[in-house]
Amino acid sequence: MRRPSCLLAATVALPLLAQPAWANMVYVSNEKDNTVTVVDSATMEVVKTINVGQRPRGITISHDGKLLYVCASDDDTVEIIDTATHEIVGSLPSGPDPELFVLSPDGKTLYVANEDDNLVTVIDVAGKNVIAEIPVGVEPEGMGISPDGKTMVNTSETTNMAHFIDTSTHEISDNVLVDSRPRFAEFKPDNSEVWVSAEIGGTVSVIDNKSREVTHKIKFEIQGLRSEQIQPVGVRITADGKKAYVALGPANRVAVVNAETYEVEKYILVGQRVWQLAFTPDGKTLISTNGLSNDITFIDTATDEPVKSVTVGQLPWGVTVAPN
Amino acid sequence: MIMKSMVPNTLVFLFGFFLLFVNVSELSAQEAPADKPAKAGIETRIGYLRAYEPQLALSVLDIPPRDEGVAGASVAINDNNTTGKFLNQSFALDVTETKRDADVVPAFKEMLARGDRFILTDISARQLLSIADLARENGVLLFNVGATDDILREEECRPNVFHTAPTRTMLADGLAQYLVWKQWRRWVLLYGSHDNDKLYADAVRRAATRFGATIVEERLYEDKGTARRTDTGVIQVQKQMPVFTQNLPEHDVVVVADESEVFGSYVPYRTWTPRPVAGTAGLVPSSWHPASEQWGGSQIQNRFVKATGRRMLSKDMQAWTAVRILGEAVTRTKGNDAGQVEAFIKADDFSIAAFKGQKVTFRTWNWQLRQPILLGDGHGVVSTSPQEGFLHQFSELDTLGVDRPETRCKLN
Repeated sequence: MRRPSCLLAATVALPLLAQPAWANMVYVSNEKDNTVTVVDSATMEVVKTINVGQRPRGITISHDGKLLYVCASDDDTVEIIDTATHEIVGSLPSGPDPELFVLSPDGKTLYVANEDDNLVTVIDVAGKNVIAEIPVGVEPEGMGISPDGKTMVNTSETTNMAHFIDTSTHEISDNVLVDSRPRFAEFKPDNSEVWVSAEIGGTVSVIDNKSREVTHKIKFEIQGLRSEQIQPVGVRITADGKKAYVALGPANRVAVVNAETYEVEKYILVGQRVWQLAFTPDGKTLISTNGLSNDITFIDTATDEPVKSVTVGQLPWGVTVAPN
Repeated sequence: MIMKSMVPNTLVFLFGFFLLFVNVSELSAQEAPADKPAKAGIETRIGYLRAYEPQLALSVLDIPPRDEGVAGASVAINDNNTTGKFLNQSFALDVTETKRDADVVPAFKEMLARGDRFILTDISARQLLSIADLARENGVLLFNVGATDDILREEECRPNVFHTAPTRTMLADGLAQYLVWKQWRRWVLLYGSHDNDKLYADAVRRAATRFGATIVEERLYEDKGTARRTDTGVIQVQKQMPVFTQNLPEHDVVVVADESEVFGSYVPYRTWTPRPVAGTAGLVPSSWHPASEQWGGSQIQNRFVKATGRRMLSKDMQAWTAVRILGEAVTRTKGNDAGQVEAFIKADDFSIAAFKGQKVTFRTWNWQLRQPILLGDGHGVVSTSPQEGFLHQFSELDTLGVDRPETRCKLN
């Protein structure tokens, strides 16, 4: 019932797109008003606002799209929301102050960064119990998992490291120093590299997953902006591994990086303090959360132009999109 | 509610402080034997030289905690050790305490003898100058975490002394930018009679000239040594402060310069004409605020409260930053050679994350840490300077304090 009307709206709203977009629900966590905003990716309109726990930040969705997981940081828990009813149906024992997490490719395990305790907590999603706690550096935050599920990378913001964790043993195998305040880790689809953003350092380090060494360091320069204002946070790499998008925080822009040459090709102006990014499943649209302007921006990945900004809740932080 | 929680908190942090001392002496004892554990990593001792005496304040809430500053250093030591365990590096704090006006040279020499090559100092400008050159002769790097005196970064600057404490001119400029942004351009300056109060007043006068404010009148409050915080005192104060601020010309704001805590905290709500108060009382500029949660601040605040049982103050942040700078240098240079550490910190691309929303760096002309200045009252953060619109050709942070073209510092 929903889809036809969405398609109609999409053709009106998105004249730039050659084909009409599939409607997927976009879920945005709003750190300051304890809500999750649900936005229809085709109409680009707010569908619903869900009340959640305190200080929601990290947000992800089960691979079947039925359950939404939200880090309620100040409630020390991960809340589970049924995407059909938008009701909170349970919680996971995340450990204190969960900020970001990543779901394993098989959907069975959730890895959570516990910012206040210098731990990564490993949770069995079905059993809702803690399998392991892995001590990492100071202020763990970024969580990335290799598509083959073998390696998990956690970044620690004050220690300035990317910790490579073997998912079969839950042991740290390598610690790689990166620049100041690493915020996010994103693997290439072929498992070959992990990209780590450094908010204060102002760079993205490309780490080879075999040698576990930094092979490239991507820097950003924007005319008229001081280097202090360029603070990379969220990183997403396209499914074909050719292009990467980097959210640059108070620079209010998303950088488009050629993932084969590591050259920055473009800066897309979005909203204020752009934080996290997510693709729609077809990869045609990228969505950014803009914390200080309380909105999200839809970006057309074919043209790398912003299409529309949509007001959500206060201080939008994380974003995830339902699978097809 | 604050009052109720103060007493147990005081006990907790006093207790914590003594535990710290015990730990420190144990660490020193363990280090004495020549044979180190089989898996010898890199151990870095960081000294902390402080001049301490219990201080009076007009409000009991403003009495500095026993471990002010030291607690920040010890939280940073823990942070460095968490990082260090991945690199087989460890850090230990060596605290030495002297009296407030004591000769600190003997204490410093003892630290030298114990092998300290990196030393944080929370001592007066005079005391710091009495050891600065001795430190240099012995290859020791000093980190001034307590003294705000501009002279230490100007006429008396030293190549081996880094400053994580802001200067009085940085504090006054941070405040002035906000007052001017608010269009509160007509100031009355009330200042105390002690040397430090006069230096603060000098910084306020300089800031007024710099940012286009006018000091319409100044008044000196003589410290006559009357008892503070007594019943009669409070009754007198209620009558005294309005009279002290009577018959002033038209003004927008009252700026108070009273580091000595003789009268300043009595000024808010007691002025003859109702005006906001700023300076050392009212809206106070500082390097940190116990309620700052922006830019990841809640993370360090939570960690600090958990470790110490109280909230984090400016001096704690100044000490935390100094120890983190050393930790970063040791981590990145993979060693604790004082020469290499110094070269790393003095390199052009050195920066550190300190929960201030942007990287903080050193001014290479006097080794003062550039940093935003927070403006807060007893309750929360009101604003952060530099204010928007105060531009600079190199760094907006250099709109705060003495800038390169004006410096009197000659490093050599």
